[in-house]
Amino acid sequence: MQITLKEVAHLYQEGTPFEFRAIHDINVEFPSGSFIGVIGHTGSGKSTLLQHLNALLKPSEGEVTIGGRTITSDKKTKNLKPIRKQVGIVFQFPEHQLFEETVEKDICFGPMNFGVSEEEAKERARAALELVGLKESLLNVSPFDLSGGQMRRVAIAGVLAMEPEVIVLDEPTAGLDPRGRKEIMEMFDRLHKEKGITTILVTHSMEDAARYADELVIMNKGTIVKKAPPADIFAEPEELMNLGLAVPDTIRFQLEFEEKTGIHLAKKHLSMEELAREMKAVLGGGPL
Amino acid sequence: MMDKFIIGRYVPGESIVHRMDPRAKLLMVLFYICIVFLANNWLSYALLIIFTVALILLTRIKPSFIIQGLKPVIILIILTLVIQLFFTKRGEVVFTLFGVDIYDEGIKMGIFISLRFTLLILITSVMTLTTTPIEITDGLETLLNPLKKLKFPVHELALMMSISLRFIPTLLEETDKIVKAQTSRGVDFSSGPLKERLRAVVPLLVPLFVGSFKRADELAVAMEARGYRGGEGRTKYRALAWHMRDSLLIGSLILLTILLIWTRS
Repeated sequence: MQITLKEVAHLYQEGTPFEFRAIHDINVEFPSGSFIGVIGHTGSGKSTLLQHLNALLKPSEGEVTIGGRTITSDKKTKNLKPIRKQVGIVFQFPEHQLFEETVEKDICFGPMNFGVSEEEAKERARAALELVGLKESLLNVSPFDLSGGQMRRVAIAGVLAMEPEVIVLDEPTAGLDPRGRKEIMEMFDRLHKEKGITTILVTHSMEDAARYADELVIMNKGTIVKKAPPADIFAEPEELMNLGLAVPDTIRFQLEFEEKTGIHLAKKHLSMEELAREMKAVLGGGPL
Repeated sequence: MMDKFIIGRYVPGESIVHRMDPRAKLLMVLFYICIVFLANNWLSYALLIIFTVALILLTRIKPSFIIQGLKPVIILIILTLVIQLFFTKRGEVVFTLFGVDIYDEGIKMGIFISLRFTLLILITSVMTLTTTPIEITDGLETLLNPLKKLKFPVHELALMMSISLRFIPTLLEETDKIVKAQTSRGVDFSSGPLKERLRAVVPLLVPLFVGSFKRADELAVAMEARGYRGGEGRTKYRALAWHMRDSLLIGSLILLTILLIWTRS
């Protein structure tokens, strides 16, 4: 399912002294089956943008097309449930949304709101729990007895069980340990590749953005300044640094290497393996 | 969601009203609430209106914004007006509406009482819009200080107040976030039958409670870690200072009171 934003702007608290233009002049497409990363400084409007993707927010100007539905500012929007069923959002710190007595009930909550039968919801809960890497024995445990990392996984399972066509992730790995981070991201990557789920990832981690996304959207001061594949974006690290964004470790290492040795590599590398291979080649070293 | 609600909100500014001592403003509101009841004819109400409007203009906040604050209570104001119109049976009949005689006294009383109501809300809004919640608690604590002699826990009360005020925005933010998260999971908070809507409150309230308890716990630990041991011997970072402008405010109120007593019938 494709999501298109045309000339979208959003104002918070319109008509009060607190009026605030969070995003403006947003023109972007999230094609079906793509994996797109959204990066930007804190306060650049990422969160506002993503809330337009399942009509939690209506644009103040412009229009948002989600599948076959178009959302504009004036339209009295009714029956948004189908949109929310198709576009699942994993918010920042999603563990805060847990509320049921058991893990199973919490995971079933979403699907059952969208009219899935209890048996099927339970079936889905089991499958989703396995996807996020938790044991089935946790199904009857209270989510509040789990560790922070496990709660995060249960919350993510709750969104996955809705079986959305598009999944929007708002810093899904913030505050997790490195291993948990990697496992969660690998899982979303697998889902994207195997089931063709359109994935939109908002992140501060340039490594994740570089590694998983097909295309990156850079936001600055409420608007999109660039949309291009990661390789192109990281080929010009100066631009990123000017926007106050970090550069992936591999590129930082490469830049420093080039500066110290005076040797320039053919291209900017995003994976450690590739970088190591080319460095070995130019330095004429032995096997790795 | 609370966009339209301005009672209890602070609008930053540099006006003379903003810079007044919170104690002066608190006393002003208290005083005003009492003297509003002195007015009982057109002239005395006019005096009250002039005072209130002057104060609103001095705040340099857009008057339209302050008037917006009346929206949530407009129904109450209209209701008082209607009740007075229909149930006051004094004076002369002016006209008949829906088969009920409307008396001139009724019209007068209706207008007066809804005016009184409006003025009270406006003056309270002026205070809350120009005074930060922290200033209000500070002012209240100092004003209530004499009660300490009666073993009244003034400091604890002020602390409770400032903590709750401090966490209102946090709680609202949290509510907004959870509403959005659950809406994304297919909960419908704004439509559907009443029973469904009541059930929709559970997925909202449970996370809010869990979050609040967790925050309270963290706050207690953080306060203890920084050596908080109650109000004994505690000094203030922001010392309150009484200026000429504060005396002027109270002075103008006393003048207003005298004028009201003089003009009322």
